[in-house]
Amino acid sequence: MKLSKRNSSTTLLSSVLTLSTLALLVLTVPMGCKVESESKPGTTATDGAGSPAAAGGPVEAITVNGSSTVYPISQAVAEAYKERNPGIEISVGLAGTGGGFEKFALGDLDICDASRPIRDSEKEACAKAGVEYLELEVAIDALTVVVNPANDWAPCLSVSQLKKIWGPGSQVTKWNEIDPNWPDHKIELFGADTASGTFDYFTEVIVGKAKQSRTDYTQNSNDNVLVQGVADEKYSLGYFGYGYYAENPDRLKAVAIKATDDAECVLPSAETVDNNTYIPLSRPLYIYVNKKSLQRKAVAGYVQFYLSDAGQKLVTERKFLLMKALVLADMQAKLAEALK
Amino acid sequence: MSQTPENFSANLAWRHRQGWLFAAACRLATWASVVFLAIILLVIIAQAWPRLTLGFLTRFDSYKPESAGMLAGILGSFWLIGFTAAICVPIGIGAAIYLEEYARSNWVTRFIQLNISNLAGVPSIVFGILGFTAFVRMFGLPRNTIVLTLGFADVRIPLPFGRSVIAGALTLALLCLPVVIIASQEALRSVPASLRHAALALGATKWQTISRQVLPAAMPGILTGVILALSRALGETAPLAVLGAAFFITFAPGRINSATDLGQHPDRLLQVPFDQFTAMPLQIYNWVNEQSRDFQQQVSAAGIVVLLVILVLMNGSAILIRQHFQRKIRW
Repeated sequence: MKLSKRNSSTTLLSSVLTLSTLALLVLTVPMGCKVESESKPGTTATDGAGSPAAAGGPVEAITVNGSSTVYPISQAVAEAYKERNPGIEISVGLAGTGGGFEKFALGDLDICDASRPIRDSEKEACAKAGVEYLELEVAIDALTVVVNPANDWAPCLSVSQLKKIWGPGSQVTKWNEIDPNWPDHKIELFGADTASGTFDYFTEVIVGKAKQSRTDYTQNSNDNVLVQGVADEKYSLGYFGYGYYAENPDRLKAVAIKATDDAECVLPSAETVDNNTYIPLSRPLYIYVNKKSLQRKAVAGYVQFYLSDAGQKLVTERKFLLMKALVLADMQAKLAEALK
Repeated sequence: MSQTPENFSANLAWRHRQGWLFAAACRLATWASVVFLAIILLVIIAQAWPRLTLGFLTRFDSYKPESAGMLAGILGSFWLIGFTAAICVPIGIGAAIYLEEYARSNWVTRFIQLNISNLAGVPSIVFGILGFTAFVRMFGLPRNTIVLTLGFADVRIPLPFGRSVIAGALTLALLCLPVVIIASQEALRSVPASLRHAALALGATKWQTISRQVLPAAMPGILTGVILALSRALGETAPLAVLGAAFFITFAPGRINSATDLGQHPDRLLQVPFDQFTAMPLQIYNWVNEQSRDFQQQVSAAGIVVLLVILVLMNGSAILIRQHFQRKIRW
């Protein structure tokens, strides 16, 4: 055995030690240090204003988070807005509607995306923390019930039939239990996972009570898995947001919906949503804007852009549906009022 | 004299065949993993091919598949893993040295040891929840921004850390620590006792023995543990998603988006740990969830290829460093 001499690894070690001690010293002996409490309107802790000295004034940052359904729109609007205003930095997250409101009530966010209206408990949390907000509708999502393209027996389902299939403890397992003329074959069910706003909404309008559903179906938070499942399985039935259907019209078939047993069958489309006939599965999507943040030019500009023609064009580009012209005008007026 | 027991049959041919079968099974097991890896790689690279351009590496993300890029994720992951390593490597190795070389074996150290082993098996999302409470929110501490004025630059430190690089790095460091500690302990334990005895017999102090003989000898093993832990951290999605890290972001940490930015404003480096970020696995996760099939198949595959290449580069350089240390050891 031959002991190595005091080699370079030892020197490396000691130099690393010295360096880290030096770094610590630099950090602990700052030349000046002041604490700035968060009183400036809406600047969030993580806005991290870059280095104002170098950039010549603080960089404007906008923080958006919330529903994963609304995310594609907010992201596209952010990108287009950034193109027009290169100096503004935007981050968009998808913590889910509930997770978004939690952060929103803490004053962490400028804007919260939501696929359902704010709940009473969330309102209280905001009020308690002194967070005032502006609620704006930005688009419509039509939940779409889909089957395999090879399904030629069920072009239309009524709400009561859907309730029979999806209700909690449902005993329906075969297609011919809904209608005796339909195949004597097991229904393969695909649906949203229980944490999503889609699940909340679907169960509320179909079953009548939010979060009440049978549980023996394939759940996934990734809607693409559901698309794949329905596309691969002849006897399948599933539901998800309109966009996932619109992207895969060759692999999926939309089912027309009968609101009541004697109503007409209606397919989801821009028209049927606009003339209020695709009910009850179309739902508005919202953004909630912190009123303090709205006083900042960058945030106000982003929200205005969201409701402008260019912003609304992105809604259709991302395969969502436009709200009615009247509602849009209402929202624009509401925003103008708040900006006064 | 030598008597064959009655129930013994010297079936030599069969025993040889057994040996041959076993070797074949082992060979098959080895090749199976290689073949699966090759198939996965080929499929992914084929899917990613149209999107693998230089622009993909230098652009920020977009809602249009043709202009989507990974710059925010690459830089975000770079800083994230850098800070994770800076936090977890010294603490991990330090803890391992203490437990192996200094601590007496009593119920306290055995309890600590048990906990470290258990922590290594805790799902990563749990670390995310812990990190969210402890670092992002700091148990609900009222928000302040401390501004350090350093003459040449101001550093704005948000307290609590919020969804910043440092909060992510601390969380990932917690995730890595058990692996680093256990691997370092194994490496220290495998250094022959005779080496320690020889050093001590020659009059070296305990610190000299550890720093000049034991630690360099254990370095290859320690580095292996560090590589494994950091590679795992690089691919983690769940804890970062729980922290509320951004998915779409129009800037990189510290607003250092290119080498030019760094050249013009080197002081922005100080702001890096306190800025928002996204990471490569988050971007891939997001692309897989996109409605459009272009995103799901091509863009996410391109993201995976980039992540894999960076992993291989990282591991490769770590192996080179390990060999450098290994060459020093001669006994």
